[in-house]
Amino acid sequence: MAEKTYLQAISDGLRQEMRRDARICVMGEDVGLYGGAFKVTNGFQEEFGAWRVLDMPLSETAIVAGATGAALMGLRPVAEMQFADFVSCAWDHLVTVAAKQHYRAGTPIPIVLRLPSGGGFSGGPFHSQNPESSFAHIPGLKVVCPATPADAKGLLVSAIEDANPVLFFEHKHLYRRIKGDVPDERYTIPFGQARVHRAGDDITLVTWGAMVYTADEAAGRLAEDGVSVEVLDLRTLIPWDRERVLDSVRRCSKVLVLHEDTRTGGFGAEIAATIAEESFEHLDAPVRRLAAPDSPVPFSPVLEKAFIPQVDDVVAALRELAAY
Amino acid sequence: MAVRNAEPVGSLQEVKEAGLDREDLLGIYRNLLITRGIEERGHILYKQGKIPGSFYTGRGNEASAVGVATAMGPNDVGTPLQRDLGVHVARGLEPWRILAQYMGRADGPTRGRDGNIHLADARLGLHAMVSHLPAMLPVAVGMALAFRIREERRVAVAWCGEGAAARGDAHEGMNLAGVRRLPVVFVIDNNQWAYSTPTYLEYAVEHLADRAAAYGFDGVVVDGTDVLAVYREAKRAIEKAREGGGPTLIESVTLRMEGHAVHDDAFYVPKELFEEWARRDPIERFRGWLRDVAQMTDEEEDEVTNGVKRLLNESIERAEASPLPDPSTLLDGVFAAQEELDTPHHK
Repeated sequence: MAEKTYLQAISDGLRQEMRRDARICVMGEDVGLYGGAFKVTNGFQEEFGAWRVLDMPLSETAIVAGATGAALMGLRPVAEMQFADFVSCAWDHLVTVAAKQHYRAGTPIPIVLRLPSGGGFSGGPFHSQNPESSFAHIPGLKVVCPATPADAKGLLVSAIEDANPVLFFEHKHLYRRIKGDVPDERYTIPFGQARVHRAGDDITLVTWGAMVYTADEAAGRLAEDGVSVEVLDLRTLIPWDRERVLDSVRRCSKVLVLHEDTRTGGFGAEIAATIAEESFEHLDAPVRRLAAPDSPVPFSPVLEKAFIPQVDDVVAALRELAAY
Repeated sequence: MAVRNAEPVGSLQEVKEAGLDREDLLGIYRNLLITRGIEERGHILYKQGKIPGSFYTGRGNEASAVGVATAMGPNDVGTPLQRDLGVHVARGLEPWRILAQYMGRADGPTRGRDGNIHLADARLGLHAMVSHLPAMLPVAVGMALAFRIREERRVAVAWCGEGAAARGDAHEGMNLAGVRRLPVVFVIDNNQWAYSTPTYLEYAVEHLADRAAAYGFDGVVVDGTDVLAVYREAKRAIEKAREGGGPTLIESVTLRMEGHAVHDDAFYVPKELFEEWARRDPIERFRGWLRDVAQMTDEEEDEVTNGVKRLLNESIERAEASPLPDPSTLLDGVFAAQEELDTPHHK
């Protein structure tokens, strides 16, 4: 067990897997010589060679399609989009080919696509997005959004083991800011099991990714008011832990769903709808959603701060719920 | 690296040098007849209302498809498209399963999950196309990448139409293949019409094979109605790739002899063009060569044609006897299970 940053946990986890399984290869832009734009694969090319850590042309389509073809031939590619935003260029290959190939043709596509996502540092409209809900909507894809270093490693190992295309959203704002204890040995964290980040009885707060920390800070403020908030970190969106969420809602009777992605059609809508369908009688207040507004991610720090849900916004929403 | 125009194949000696014996030649003829026969029978089944959705044929492209597939090695792989039924036939996909696929039956290769020619049997080294052409082209490049990483002597063949050659997938796939000198052969079926769009609205180079130079490999233009020339060029390209010589782009020129799909009467194709290319029908052309040059006997020809007829009759019966998929299995296979990994198609 050692304290590691979220980034180091991902990097170490990936290196550990590559040491034990020669089928795993890394492909992406600047992942080799440069070690990745965020240095997640720093030193990998020296250790594993230029044919297992492949510097690819600036071709997101060829990266995802190439990973798909290599997976069909028995490799376990872990491909990287330099920024999650660029996955739009490879949309077709995830949605049209990888997501549907097993259903149609019976051939599994075991690929992991690492997607550095999220805002908070003036990345602007094209380096800050959280496009997880777009892919959560596509049958055949799995969507993973770790919040802690230990989860990042364990979920990455599970993603590599999985027989399906897995989108692994790494929140950039957590990379070097968040540290935590990470076991040295190999371990997996199963998909579809939410984590109780903070236990509570009065309000359920469902979230994932970097918003877990925003939620936790807000819950701490509510505790000062004497309101106990349970923060659930979903960890994975496809599959998502309906039972854990519904159990918590039935116990607390009030719920806030929080995400950094924009509001309309965000994954929070699916969670809110499910709660309304399955636990309506247990609710003492309408299901609340808090998300970024429906706009592109703005660049200027003051605009971006207004865009991304802040602790004060979450506190206000929780207080409204508490008072309802 | 200028584009080369392939010469037609003439003498028996040349054919022998290209690695084909008499049995191979009759096998090619048989596969051509099966390919056309399945599509002709399929068209009838479609008109009888037995095939849902739409129906696509590759009439005019049979020689191109069969020629390339015949040149592939047993462990090679490919991603053939909607005019390339002959590839599946030549690699051994049983006709009754193809017809079962057309009819949406449980025994089709996609078990009713996908339709028409969106099929393949991965155990035969083929992987099913998607409608977004040529999305499977860069996927085939990824297969070749796996071969290169593992240093296997295997080759991937990636098909593309001349219409889809305009898409970014073709560029990204070919560029990556060139950069890494991957063991992949690109076959552009140039049948002159992308649905209703003629070539002069699709590209501005003289030959699509000219583009190979831009990616750092060789291009060759071949007459897609000459099955032996297609075979020879594909064989050269595949063996070159196998030996580490990198990709080749083969442009195989034909005419799409029917509409985009059965609903389309192809009114936009000049009648004279159809007449001209009908005189160069690939199957008639090869039959003539077999009779004149290889001295195919009446007995040999009868054996092939009667055998194909019997096969097709049996295949239709067997396909029609295949059950429809059980609606309760609708959600089966959305996700793959762990134990499905490392199945034979991976090897």
